[in-house]
Amino acid sequence: MFLTLLSLLDSTVRLATPLLLAALAGFYSERAGVVDIGLEGKMLVAAFAAAATAAIHGSAWLGLGAGILASVMLALLHGFACITHKGNQVVSGVALNIVALGLTAVLGNAWFEMGGRTPNLPADARFGEVTLPLAEALRGVPLLGPLYYELISGHNILVYLALAIVPLTWWIAYRTRFGLRLRAVGENPAAVDTAGISVTKLRYQAVLIAGLLCGIAGAYLSTAQGAGFQTNMTAGKGFLALAALILGKWKPVPTLFACLLFAFADALQTRLQGVALPGIGEVPVQLIEALPYLLTVLLLAGFVGKATPPKASGRPYVKDR
Amino acid sequence: MSAGAGSDNLPWWATGLLLPVVNVTLALLVSALVIFAIGEDPVGALGTMLRGAVGTGEGLGYTLYYATSLIFTALAVAIAFHGGLFNIGGEGQAYIGGLGVGLVLLALPGWPWWAALPLSVLGGAAFGALWAAIPGWLQAYRGSHIVITTIMFNFIASSLMVYLMVNVLIKPGQMSPESEAFSASLFLPMMADMMAAIGVEMSSSPLNFSLFLALLACVGVWAFIWHTRWGFALRATGANENAALYAGIDPKRVIVITMALSGALAGLLGVNELHGVQHRLMLNFPAGLGFTGIAVALMGRNHPAGIIPAALLFGALYQGGTELVFDYPTISRELVVVIQGVVILFAGALEHMFRPALVRLFSRRPAVAASKPAGA
Repeated sequence: MFLTLLSLLDSTVRLATPLLLAALAGFYSERAGVVDIGLEGKMLVAAFAAAATAAIHGSAWLGLGAGILASVMLALLHGFACITHKGNQVVSGVALNIVALGLTAVLGNAWFEMGGRTPNLPADARFGEVTLPLAEALRGVPLLGPLYYELISGHNILVYLALAIVPLTWWIAYRTRFGLRLRAVGENPAAVDTAGISVTKLRYQAVLIAGLLCGIAGAYLSTAQGAGFQTNMTAGKGFLALAALILGKWKPVPTLFACLLFAFADALQTRLQGVALPGIGEVPVQLIEALPYLLTVLLLAGFVGKATPPKASGRPYVKDR
Repeated sequence: MSAGAGSDNLPWWATGLLLPVVNVTLALLVSALVIFAIGEDPVGALGTMLRGAVGTGEGLGYTLYYATSLIFTALAVAIAFHGGLFNIGGEGQAYIGGLGVGLVLLALPGWPWWAALPLSVLGGAAFGALWAAIPGWLQAYRGSHIVITTIMFNFIASSLMVYLMVNVLIKPGQMSPESEAFSASLFLPMMADMMAAIGVEMSSSPLNFSLFLALLACVGVWAFIWHTRWGFALRATGANENAALYAGIDPKRVIVITMALSGALAGLLGVNELHGVQHRLMLNFPAGLGFTGIAVALMGRNHPAGIIPAALLFGALYQGGTELVFDYPTISRELVVVIQGVVILFAGALEHMFRPALVRLFSRRPAVAASKPAGA
């Protein structure tokens, strides 16, 4: 029972990582006042670029670099449409998601001729497990030993990176000058402008950070969690991440918990399939598969209370004349 | 969301015709770059698409058949847009709407098609409306984000349909998850057969009676949005919720009703696909046409008169894309998806990029014309 719970929590951490990275990406973008529906698309191009590069060059790190590059390019396009040309941010995000979905399938099919998939990545082209110091030695210690060995040790480096970015983001947002300005530009861009700080530059910086983080999230999907790219492999994770951000009320630490919650539902989902629950019997697979999505709808509708997004979020900044 | 001509005094044909043409040209150029990048000949590929879409009677029929479905999903997006709502759940609403169509037709074996059609339309509209009204209600009364809930509802619809098809509606003793076929008397007449009846020869294609229904829906939506009290309330809410409130309109109610109407229109896709062509309930029949509706609505500037040509264009892209896959094994169907995305980008998000250039172009020309007589 204890070991089952441990392995459930272990997969929760694995599944939460891409959600967390994408949600933090959304945090920077939306705190700066740029709505980011395109998390999904950025993750998808990153997953594809990372897997394709890793498959050709055999290096997970090169893959990560390519993933980040691809995602940042899309982020720049989003910025160009929303910041420079003051376009509709939601429409831009949706457009980028659709472009990403089509482009990865077309390029994947043309380059690898495997119906849009990339070849399976060998172990050294992926991010492997990191065994933390003393994990083996302490494994025998009752309770704490397995906890440390199973749950805390044995993830790949990107998982630890994602977890480290949570406190880092908190520190940047609430303890640095950049963070103060970032939050201000999402609430009242006119004030920031009056203070002589460029709204455009700040928003581009935020959008670029979002691109970087989505790049890591996408690379994680195809070169750490999985071993290759499949068409539409993000399957709504970008939207779940966005929901987690809303549920976390645009704050880094609550967002982490929201991501863990969604990931837990997802981990539970794979385990519940074909299991008869006491008193209920076997639940249809499809209902269990829809669990994370149903949970999102219910949580957003019932438990957020009044979710207040950053005030200027979704609005392009137009200087008064 | 920038419906209508705007305040910069561009002539109607510049916003209505020139801008869309510029957007589509750019989208095709970007797609040509993609084709070039995978080592194929863009000119040849676009030629193949064009020939496949409009070069033969059969191709043209397929183009019109896809356009029929797209008119429904684009009208759905457009009506929501006018109400200030971005409904990207058309795919799921079309899917559940199709369930309504299927259930009605499975319940009416042996009925003549013309008697069953109003009921199948009603079934599709009602199921689609319900599936959209829930996110609408959640947005209006619980403050959920409509974009996220409608996306989630797409996923939930897909799971629900798999469950129903595999466990409930599957024809017994069959492997693939399809329902029993509707009885043959229910099938909507095919356009080729209707034309043959009045002596016009036409290649056979899935184009069917639903096309008339789609055109009727265009007229209906136009009349509703611009010529009824309800349509006014809808546009007022879309333009400014607070102002609408002071004008005695209940924006929350309007939001739910707008979404229901939007979902009802999306649900009619099921009439074309299932009642018209597949003649049974099956998995994945909306096949992305719900999403393409977004591109069609944006290109058509959310007006029925714009949506019809935009739907034709995208119908042609779909059909041309199918042809392309036959001729170029390295190019996959998803190229059409790329084109859609780029059109949404240019026509929707980057619409302000070309507008000022056009405004400059048009504000200069009359001035030049006016100065000429003075100079001469």
